[in-house]
Amino acid sequence: MLGLIKINSRNKAFIIDKLMKYFLMLVASLTVLILVLIFFFLLLTGSQAFSKLSFVEFIVNPNWNPTSFSQPSYGIFSLMLGTLLVSGIALTICLPLGLVIAIYLSEIATRKQREIIKPLVEMIACIPSVVIGVLGLVFVAPAVARVFSLSNGLNALTAGLLVAIAALPSLASLAEDALFNVNWRLREASLALGATDWLTIVRVVLPAAKSGLMATIMLSLGRIIGETMIVLMVAGNSRAIPNSIFSAVSPMTSTIAVDVKEVVSGSLHYQSLFAIGLVLFVITFVLNLLADFFAHHEK
Amino acid sequence: MNIQKVALIIFIFLVGVFAFKKMSGSSSNVSKETENQEIVIKGSDTEVQLVSNLAEAFSKENSGLAISVTGGGSSVGIAAVLNGEVPLANSSRALKSEEIQQFAERGIDYKTVVVARDGLSIIVNKDNPLSQLSLGQIGQIYRGEIKDWSEISTYSGKISLYGRQSTSGTYGFFRDVAVKADYVSTMKNMEGNQAILDGVISDKLAIGYVGVGYVVGEGGQSRNDIKVISIAGENGNEAISPLDEVAVRSGKYPLFRPIYQFVSYEPEEGSALRNFLKFEVSQAGQALVKSAGFYAITPEDEVTNAWLN
Repeated sequence: MLGLIKINSRNKAFIIDKLMKYFLMLVASLTVLILVLIFFFLLLTGSQAFSKLSFVEFIVNPNWNPTSFSQPSYGIFSLMLGTLLVSGIALTICLPLGLVIAIYLSEIATRKQREIIKPLVEMIACIPSVVIGVLGLVFVAPAVARVFSLSNGLNALTAGLLVAIAALPSLASLAEDALFNVNWRLREASLALGATDWLTIVRVVLPAAKSGLMATIMLSLGRIIGETMIVLMVAGNSRAIPNSIFSAVSPMTSTIAVDVKEVVSGSLHYQSLFAIGLVLFVITFVLNLLADFFAHHEK
Repeated sequence: MNIQKVALIIFIFLVGVFAFKKMSGSSSNVSKETENQEIVIKGSDTEVQLVSNLAEAFSKENSGLAISVTGGGSSVGIAAVLNGEVPLANSSRALKSEEIQQFAERGIDYKTVVVARDGLSIIVNKDNPLSQLSLGQIGQIYRGEIKDWSEISTYSGKISLYGRQSTSGTYGFFRDVAVKADYVSTMKNMEGNQAILDGVISDKLAIGYVGVGYVVGEGGQSRNDIKVISIAGENGNEAISPLDEVAVRSGKYPLFRPIYQFVSYEPEEGSALRNFLKFEVSQAGQALVKSAGFYAITPEDEVTNAWLN
């Protein structure tokens, strides 16, 4: 009698164990399923646009005007330049800043300082991007206009600045992880050979963390390129080819956000918006692959 | 384990394909159910405040009825009616020929109501000495042919153009009537009338266009933080301010335009939707239109609305 119960309960535990395993597997595979679904939807709808448009024309034509007065035109070149310009400015600003924060936290700060400052930096990530956009519209754009004596501050520089703020916490945090994971024996060896702290950081720690830092840059760039709300609010949304960092631009993300509200499903305009989405998806996907490659790239 | 993996991938693939077929196969159905307790209206940003005011006044007399009004732009509202999402669209422009065709293709027998009249206003920064422009000059400015204020006034500096986004009916109306070509691509595409107004207030070199309801300040006069430009039509007519009611209503103002609503079907006599539309064009409704800064409808518009009676 006693033995039977024992076996039963063991069986039950075994079955629950098995069920839990499959349940967790199912939930985890849902994420994959969602990714696959999104990709299929983008690919199928976006590719329909290319039955009517040439892909090369779509990429190199600088004129995006699907609701033209006379001749609709579907070219995303100036939109891509807009994305490139805003992302370039944002990365130029937040990369050095993020790296300095990371070096300080990982190499210089005491354990206590690190425990206080790191969560504070990460807290910037809690600010919704629409709030950063509003602050940008009210404070940063007028300030940029004043400093550079422009008539208005709705341009790529303002957008880049604000996107940099939004991307800073994740960049700093990832970079700090990359530096912190460098084997401590390397530092000890360097210091034992008589190198200064500064020399150790520049000549030993940074090169050793190179792959991790490259992965950080790729992931942050993906975040920067995908940012929509901030650029929609402060980039000025002009579809001309930008000729300086003070040009108003309309990056790909904000163009989709603006146009998607008016499209009739199934129209060429609708399909071409998905084609832009596909281009964005491919860019961020490649960046993520690169990040993965760098992260697992051991010398 | 390998077989499991392969099976999982095939499963995911199949689900993906089926889900896509399902999505692309779903046809648009015009919903008429919303009519009983709730009216959902979508479209023109220029009209949001106006129609909200009308809806609020109408709901006060009809308890239990909820009317929701959202913006996004005239094209957004028209697309929503075409896609069967809402029964009623606000629009500050007439339908385009391809939209009329799309309505026909989908078998939607739409009805048109003119709710109000607007004198679309051209505004510049209050420091700009300019007080009037011809319609032709406005077209040249927005086509990018006049680039600097010094070409047309004692003011100087590169003209900073503010306009609406392509989803906006005002964008379409202004382009068709004043620009008569594509806008120059350096124009900043703003989210709404208020965004243009804010831009023009702070940008000394700005020019923009907004509904007349947005330039009226206290006591029916123009707001004092911007400058409203008087417009001369063709043939050297005298320049007319959009705030000059008598002249505007006589048709002399070139940017005088009807403010529309499109219904996806003819609502039954006695239904809440039909009663609401009747209220909008009634005297009480038109009084609210005027207090929102717009102009009342003309006898010509009453002919368009005659199907309601």
